[in-house]
Amino acid sequence: MENNYNYNKKFEKEYDVIVIGAGHAGCEASLAPARMGLDVLTLTVNLDHVAFMPCNPSLGGPGKGHIVREIDALGGEMPRNMDETMLQIRMLNTAKGPAVHGLRGQADKKKYHQRMKQILEEEPNLDLKQEIAETLVVEDDEIKGVVTKTGILFKGKKVVITTGTFLKGKVIIGEATFNAGPNQQYPANKLSGSLEEIGFNLRRFKTGTPPRINKRSIDFSKMHEQEGEKGLTFSFDSPPFERNQVSCYLTYTNDKTHEVIQDNKMRTPLFSGVIDGVGPRYCPSIEDKVVRFPDKGRHQLFLEPEGELTGEYYISGLSTSMPEDVQYEILSTIPGLENAEIMRAGYAIEYDCINPNDLKLNLETKKVDGLFSAGQINGTSGYEEAAGQGLIAGINAALALKGKEPLILDRSEAYIGVLIDELVTKGTEEPYRMMTSRAEYRLLLRQDNADLRLKEIGYELGLISEERYQMFLDKKKDIERTLEFLRDYQVTPTPENREKLKSLDSGALKKPVKLAKILKRPEVDYDDLKFFAPELPEVSREVKDQVSIQTKYKGYIDRQMSQVEQFKKMEDNLIPEDIDYSSLENMRLEAREKLKKIKPRSLGQASRISGVSPADISVLMIYLEQEERENKDEE
Amino acid sequence: MTNMKEDTISAIATPFGTSGTGKVRISGPDAINIGSKIFEASSGIDIYEADSHTAHHGYVVNPKTGKTVDEVLAIVMIKPRSFTGENVLEFDCHGGMVPLEAVLELTLEHGARMAEPGEFSRRAFMNGKLDMAQAEAIIDVINSKTEKSLSIAMEQLKGGLSEKVNKVKDDVMELLAHLEASIDFPEDEIEGFDSNQLEERLKEIKEPIQKLIKTAKQGKLYQEGIKTVIVGKPNVGKSSLLNYLLQENRAIVTDVPGTTRDVIEEYINLDGIPLKVIDTAGVRESEDVVEKIGVEKTRESLKKADLVLMMLDVSQGLTEEDIKVYNLIKEQHTIVVVNKTDLDENIDFDELEEQFKEHPLLWTSVKEEKGMEELKNTILEEIFQEQINVDSDVMVTKVRHRDALNKAFESIEKVEQSLENGMPYDFLTIDLKDVLFYLSSITGETVTDDIIDQIFSDFCLGK
Ligand SMILES: Cc1cc2nc3c(=O)[nH]c(=O)nc-3n(C[C@H](O)[C@H](O)[C@H](O)COP(=O)(O)OP(=O)(O)OC[C@H]3O[C@@H](n4cnc5c(N)ncnc54)[C@H](O)[C@@H]3O)c2cc1C
Ligand SMILES: Nc1nc2c(ncn2[C@@H]2O[C@H](COP(=O)(O)OP(=O)(O)O)[C@@H](O)[C@H]2O)c(=O)[nH]1
Ligand SMILES: [Mg+2]
Repeated sequence: MENNYNYNKKFEKEYDVIVIGAGHAGCEASLAPARMGLDVLTLTVNLDHVAFMPCNPSLGGPGKGHIVREIDALGGEMPRNMDETMLQIRMLNTAKGPAVHGLRGQADKKKYHQRMKQILEEEPNLDLKQEIAETLVVEDDEIKGVVTKTGILFKGKKVVITTGTFLKGKVIIGEATFNAGPNQQYPANKLSGSLEEIGFNLRRFKTGTPPRINKRSIDFSKMHEQEGEKGLTFSFDSPPFERNQVSCYLTYTNDKTHEVIQDNKMRTPLFSGVIDGVGPRYCPSIEDKVVRFPDKGRHQLFLEPEGELTGEYYISGLSTSMPEDVQYEILSTIPGLENAEIMRAGYAIEYDCINPNDLKLNLETKKVDGLFSAGQINGTSGYEEAAGQGLIAGINAALALKGKEPLILDRSEAYIGVLIDELVTKGTEEPYRMMTSRAEYRLLLRQDNADLRLKEIGYELGLISEERYQMFLDKKKDIERTLEFLRDYQVTPTPENREKLKSLDSGALKKPVKLAKILKRPEVDYDDLKFFAPELPEVSREVKDQVSIQTKYKGYIDRQMSQVEQFKKMEDNLIPEDIDYSSLENMRLEAREKLKKIKPRSLGQASRISGVSPADISVLMIYLEQEERENKDEE
Repeated sequence: MTNMKEDTISAIATPFGTSGTGKVRISGPDAINIGSKIFEASSGIDIYEADSHTAHHGYVVNPKTGKTVDEVLAIVMIKPRSFTGENVLEFDCHGGMVPLEAVLELTLEHGARMAEPGEFSRRAFMNGKLDMAQAEAIIDVINSKTEKSLSIAMEQLKGGLSEKVNKVKDDVMELLAHLEASIDFPEDEIEGFDSNQLEERLKEIKEPIQKLIKTAKQGKLYQEGIKTVIVGKPNVGKSSLLNYLLQENRAIVTDVPGTTRDVIEEYINLDGIPLKVIDTAGVRESEDVVEKIGVEKTRESLKKADLVLMMLDVSQGLTEEDIKVYNLIKEQHTIVVVNKTDLDENIDFDELEEQFKEHPLLWTSVKEEKGMEELKNTILEEIFQEQINVDSDVMVTKVRHRDALNKAFESIEKVEQSLENGMPYDFLTIDLKDVLFYLSSITGETVTDDIIDQIFSDFCLGK
């Protein structure tokens, strides 16, 4: 087979898994199978950019932060890497309900990269190499390996592609355009062709980033300081974060800024037609914002430090591909940035990506066995989304090699499940970003219970150490024990108790009630309970929070759980992989075509395909039942 | 596959014809339980305890109001010995269209879901109750019924309903998008609401839903019946006809207050079709009838009539007064009733035929009760003909709409409850999404992606 491909040397070792890319997806996709005991090769365009953050120096927020917590529970590296290197962390949305609390951290880009690179280097089963993959070696629709730009053939049983924004990358700054990956890295120009040859239809998406400016040229006194919070971490198992935190700063655009943008509209690649890739709506460039929302008098800008050993600041909210001279002019209108020195200009980047409809729920491509893909190449955007997919793709490549069932998280289990289900089932017409509003069982998919949802799975895969698992079991036991105590302990309306409730601004107690009932009251905190029940178990903050949430919002939680039960019925109803949809003559043509294309795994997934109606599902059910009976008759 | 646990569904299981009886079937694990909540057996037993394959005479009673809805026969079938292979409870209803609809609605209020087209058959098949040969037939039923119910739903949505539903839906969507935007983009400047503002917004959603429920309930069949007006000059026999119909066919159920004997509107149950008969006899007979009819109000009520019974007196011939009356109603759906055939006729048949050639023409003697059956049949025929459409599928669509509106209403009340309890935004969105879901089920759209589209069109978000 290799004879059909041009190469100079066949590398002696055959790997279990080859990962193309060492971005956020690639790092997780490499570490997971290596930690599961397989031989892994990781290729990257540039070793000095492993786990590089080409855009904002931060992780998290609602939805994205949830994914990071899930990655932790499944034994991924991103959360721990962040905890070890970050500059600041906060919890967002604390007043909007526990399900939408979101951790957000400021990263130190260099340190983040360095530590992750080191983790990969030190992983015994993993080889990390600076190589550009150009050709996928495929035989009988099965992946066999890759050939690099410099003529080495690496053989691999499974390959995971995580090329991010590198495929035919094109950078745009005003009238200036050139072929490059993010941050002037060498683009991957050939791999696209290999993918097309196999039969993938590639699409062109785009994204952008703001200018970076030098700290010494910023007047912070005209801005509002934003500090971090102590004690928070992304990983459930990191020690509390107590290092000194670095602040961010808030300033605003104004009428003058908007005038500059309007005046230069014709030189804007976005409007002049230079850019034809599809960009995300949630991360619009400043020119996009000003033109689309002309009534908005100002837009927020956050100044975020890029790291401790650099003076570069990232201007969040000012993403742009306007010409560099216009970027200077824009900055000069903004309070505190009047004299800003640009160190790196803002730019937009266009790149090739695949249509995620071409994937199965385990992130393997439908066309080529053993070929997986994860991250931005699947049409997503964001470090967290990339890492989540990378982890799942890596795990599933490993599980396939071990002859085990794939890991498919469903929409009721994890945001990662929601993410992959939507990509594969619905596809996406813009770079996809996670938001909590995409999850219908949001109240169950909280960031505080990601460990309770997923850690068991991580442990069984071998990605959570015995020690971490034991800590988890202890926590679980504490939660159960405490909940039981709350259920059983009776509070009587003694004068002292009444007095205490009064002091908490809580309604009077008329008859004895269980302690749980008291905790249900919105104005009562867990720590207040000690007064009513001196024997209250001594437990960690995390356990207290968990118990409080489960008690206070029990009614809502139970309701969603019963919806999930209903949902699971359809999800557990699997469709045989070899089903021949074209023989389903009585089904509407549109539905048949859609089903044929998506190849849903379950009736539940089938029902989420747009263009497939409940009636079509009924017909499908009857057909499957028919098949089953026929098979039974044959036996 | 075969042992998939399903929920409990309910529907009218017989095509509705002129016979006046129909069957409501409940199928699924909770079928008997749901039935027992709304059924009172004459024997006093609780049908939840009843043996399989037993029939029980009794009444369907609305537990909330204590009102009897219909006299029925309840048939209990325990799984797997039923058509669907699940627990099945059937109510054989006798009271006709209105009660049938009300019984169905009660089952939905007590936990059943309206069955999808062909769902009973599909379940029967899945549970091995039908053989392979029948599979294709079921698929055909599903496909054709789905198509039909879609087209009926479209039809029902005409006449302003869909605009009204869409308007509320837009309001819900806007509020939801606002809450979601502030949840998903906490670092963007999105103005929040204080609880008073939210209360106000919820009220703006709740009130129109409430109104829609009311109008949906005032659907012709449900409360007003088919509006039938009897017109004619004095003494042709209008009141006599009304009295005759009343004696014979006293309406079993009307929920309408104030239906007393001394007003000129009466409800008649004609083989299950509720007729609201308006006798223009309230007009003082000394005055010129036509003049009186000319009074705006009467004119209005005539215009709104679904069916007009125009009466003539065979002994008096066709008078100028008759023609004047006729001119007022000739655009309407009209049956011409030539009364008093027991008397000497004094009328030109050809002229009559010519004058009323667009309408059915009947000969009656109310006094001798002649031609009465024919009259009833003609009325029913007219009703079941195109224009006055009371096909059972139409009815089902209406029940479906009402059910969705009721559920939307319950959900918006839950949102209000959450707000009152001081719950944060996320909890408001839970039931608000349900409101949106139920409203969308009326217009037949899905919503998930719409919310996200709305977020980005309403707000300038992200960086
Ligand atoms: C300019 C810019 C702006 C962005 N703005 C935002 C934003 O505002 N918000 C947001 O959420 N996300 C943004 N992103 C996206 C975010 O950076 C990515 O989603 C995330 O990094 C994707 O991770 P990944 O692992 O898929 O790819 P990457 O992190 O891009 O990693 C790709 C890896 O693949 C390697 N590679 C590529 N091709 C080859 C090859 N042929 N052979 C060997 N190795 C190869 C590269 O060396 C690299 O290691 C932006 C990205 C860019 C470039
Ligand atoms: N002979 C005869 N008399 C009738 C018939 N129908 C009604 N009448 C009589 O006609 C008179 C007027 O009837 P009524 O119903 O009050 O007429 P209205 O003014 O149209 O309401 C009464 O005396 C009735 O008894 C019929 O079919 N034959
Ligand atoms: Mg009269």
